[in-house]
Formats: sequence, C-alpha cells, structure tokens
Amino acid sequence: MTFYARRTWIVLWKDLLTERRSKENANALLFFSLLLLFLFQFALGPDRDRLRAAVPGLLWLGFILAGLLGLGRSFMTEDHNDCWEGLRLTPGDKSAIYLGKLLGNLVMMSGVEVVLLVLFGVFYDVELWPVVGPLAVVLPLGTVGLAAVGTLFAAMTAQIRARELLFPVLLLPAQVPLLLAAVSVTQAVLLGQPLADVAHWLKLLAAADVVYVVIGVLTFEFILDA
Amino acid sequence: MKATRALGWLAVVGVAAGLVAAFGYAPREAVQGNVQRIMYLHVPSVLTAYLAFALVLVGSVAYLVTRRVGWDRLAAAAAEIGVLFTGITIASGSIWGRPTWGVWWTWDARLTSTAVLFLVYVGYLLLRAMVEEPEARARYAAVVGIVGAANVPIVHFSVYWWRALHQPATILAPGKAPLAASLGLPLAVNALGFALLFLYFLTRRMEIARTEEEV
Repeated sequence: MTFYARRTWIVLWKDLLTERRSKENANALLFFSLLLLFLFQFALGPDRDRLRAAVPGLLWLGFILAGLLGLGRSFMTEDHNDCWEGLRLTPGDKSAIYLGKLLGNLVMMSGVEVVLLVLFGVFYDVELWPVVGPLAVVLPLGTVGLAAVGTLFAAMTAQIRARELLFPVLLLPAQVPLLLAAVSVTQAVLLGQPLADVAHWLKLLAAADVVYVVIGVLTFEFILDA
Repeated sequence: MKATRALGWLAVVGVAAGLVAAFGYAPREAVQGNVQRIMYLHVPSVLTAYLAFALVLVGSVAYLVTRRVGWDRLAAAAAEIGVLFTGITIASGSIWGRPTWGVWWTWDARLTSTAVLFLVYVGYLLLRAMVEEPEARARYAAVVGIVGAANVPIVHFSVYWWRALHQPATILAPGKAPLAASLGLPLAVNALGFALLFLYFLTRRMEIARTEEEV
C-alpha cells in the first residue's frame, strides 16, 4: 500500500513540477476564466439582477468549460519523449497513475475555481464571505466527480486522432447530473439556505463521486494497456 | 443464417400483430382520442432501448474480462439499436406531446433523462467511429459503455429532483398497474413484437460486424 501511495505521489509530483516550471496550463486557464466572465456578461447584458440570478449556473458553466480545457490537456505531457511507454512500463497497479493524475487535476481545478469565484464576487457583486463555508463543501463535491470522469476520458482521448472533438462530446453528457446537482446546491447556498435543505443533492453528489472514482480506478488499466 | 431469417419473419409477424392490436383491438381512448395510440409505439420503444443499453453494459464488462471480440460486437450492435429506439421514443413522445401537452418539447424529468441517455450513447457511437484500431476501439468503448450505464441511475435521480411533469410511470412502477386490460394487451403484443425486432436487428448487426472484420 505504501508502494502504491508512493507511486501515486510520484505521478502527482512530476506533473506539478512540470507545470511549475512551464506554467503552460495555469496562465492560459486563468486568462480563459477571465475571458469567460466577460463573455457571460456580454451575453446576458448589464441587468444586475438577471446576472446575479444566473450566477450559480454561470459559475459551474465556467468550471466545466475551464475543466474541459484543463482536463483535456492532462495527458498531453505524456506525448513527448515516449512518456506513454514509460507509464505503461511502470510496475504494479496502473490505477496509481490514475489517482496521481486525478489529484493533479484536482489541484489545477481548485486553483481555477478559487480564482473564478473571486472574479465572480468582484465583477458580479456576489457576497461570498458569508457563504464560504457551505461553498467549501459543494465545490469539492462537484469537482471530484468532474475530474474523475474527465481524467479517465482524457487518458483515452489523448491517444485518439480527434481528441479535441471527442473529449467534450464524451464528457459533457456524462456531467449532466453533476451540473444539475452542483448548480442546485450552489443556488441554495447563495440564497442563504442551510445545507440541510439540499442534503439529498449533496448525497447524490457524494454517491456520484464515489461511483466515478471507483470506475476510474477499476478501468484505467484497460485504457493504458496496448 | 437460416435461424436469423426465421427470426426476421417472426419479428415481422410480431410487429404486424402489434399494429393490428394497436389500431384494431385497442379502443379509442376517451380523453386523448386516437393520439393515445402512439403509446403502443412509444412504450415498447423505450423498453427496447433500455434492454439494448443493458446489453451494452453486459458486452462491455464481458469484453474487458474475457477479451473476446464477440462481446465487443454485442455491445456495439446493441448501442446502435439502442440509440435508434431512443430516437424513436423521443420523436414519438414529441408527436404525442404536441396535441396533448401543447408543446413539442418540455424539460420534464423523464424527457430530459431520456435525452441525456441519447446523448451519452451517441457519444459512444462517435467514439467507435473515430478509433480505427479494432482492439483499442473495443477497450475504449467498453470503458465508456460502463461509465454510461453507471450514470443511468445518477442521471435518473438528478433529473427527477430537478423537475417532474411526465405522468408517473405505469409499467415499471411498484404495485399494481392502473392500466385497463383492453389497453394492456395491445401494449404487451407490441412490446413482444419490438423485442423480436430488436433480437433480429441485433443478430443481423453482429453478423455484419463479423463479416466486416473478416474482409
């Protein structure tokens, strides 16, 4: 088990280190998030009340769109220098690689989400401080599911010719339940309702997260092997 | 081959009997009128689609375990037919909804979850079309087939809580079905006819896939 955890850590550490040195994804993703904010504003017009009513949906739309870009790239680093071969030759259970990649993606998504959240607070005049606690419950629950399926499908589509097209086509329909649940909960949170009112949604999110991560762990080796 | 042909004729008889039952035997519904007869197409279609997607799951899991190419053919054939019948379900429901509800489409729970199901498996077929290498295609498709099937209950609950307008499920609901026998019998005949048609399509599609691989 310690060997397993160590290999997970190595994959995570390698990706974080590459990202820290190249800053390839982080810069572009942050800029993209900012662009999204402007696009939403232009699409919906200047009416403040309408914007504020749409915030829960826009927020998650932003996370998902940024996630599509970020998650879709999570295996691109493996394209150079036959890194795929290296991954395949790794001894032991391949799901450790999946978990490492998943954790790396969670770090990346969390960064983007915090930035987007702050930007929404500033630009759309949403009071975030009073609801920071409940948001800290909802955001990770939604993000784990998104990243779990995203990491699995990204590993697959990275090896396919039409990857940019196929990744969203596969991921978006699979994310409908997460989007519905996360938006509903976020809406309730922003309206100041207690989390107990939306407990059924939170349970659904948690159950979905478990299901997706388990499927990812169990099936990843089939995507990797050749 | 001969057995498949016999199955095909059996399916023709079954669907013809279904048509006779739906238009000849079944009474004109008091409130909705003749429009209600769409149900004899709508409900068997969706039942067939569920059967097909269940077979996609079976084929996908069995392929990953055994690596026998026949299981992959089963999953692929079932997915294609499932998408077809989901499409028929949505189209027939839409045609029924226009005179009954006054709209072609509404974001009701079961309409939405059926549409999501449709999109998931269209994605599955797109994936299959875009990977040329047969062995990799089978592996990837199997993973997507498993994720799609595991998602069905999650989609169901999320969409149900999101909103509900569709009339409550009659056939797959717990307890006794509030369905008159004069309507139930034609429905059963149609369901049987569709099941036969499905089996015929499935075996034929798998035969074609096998021939394609041999060429």
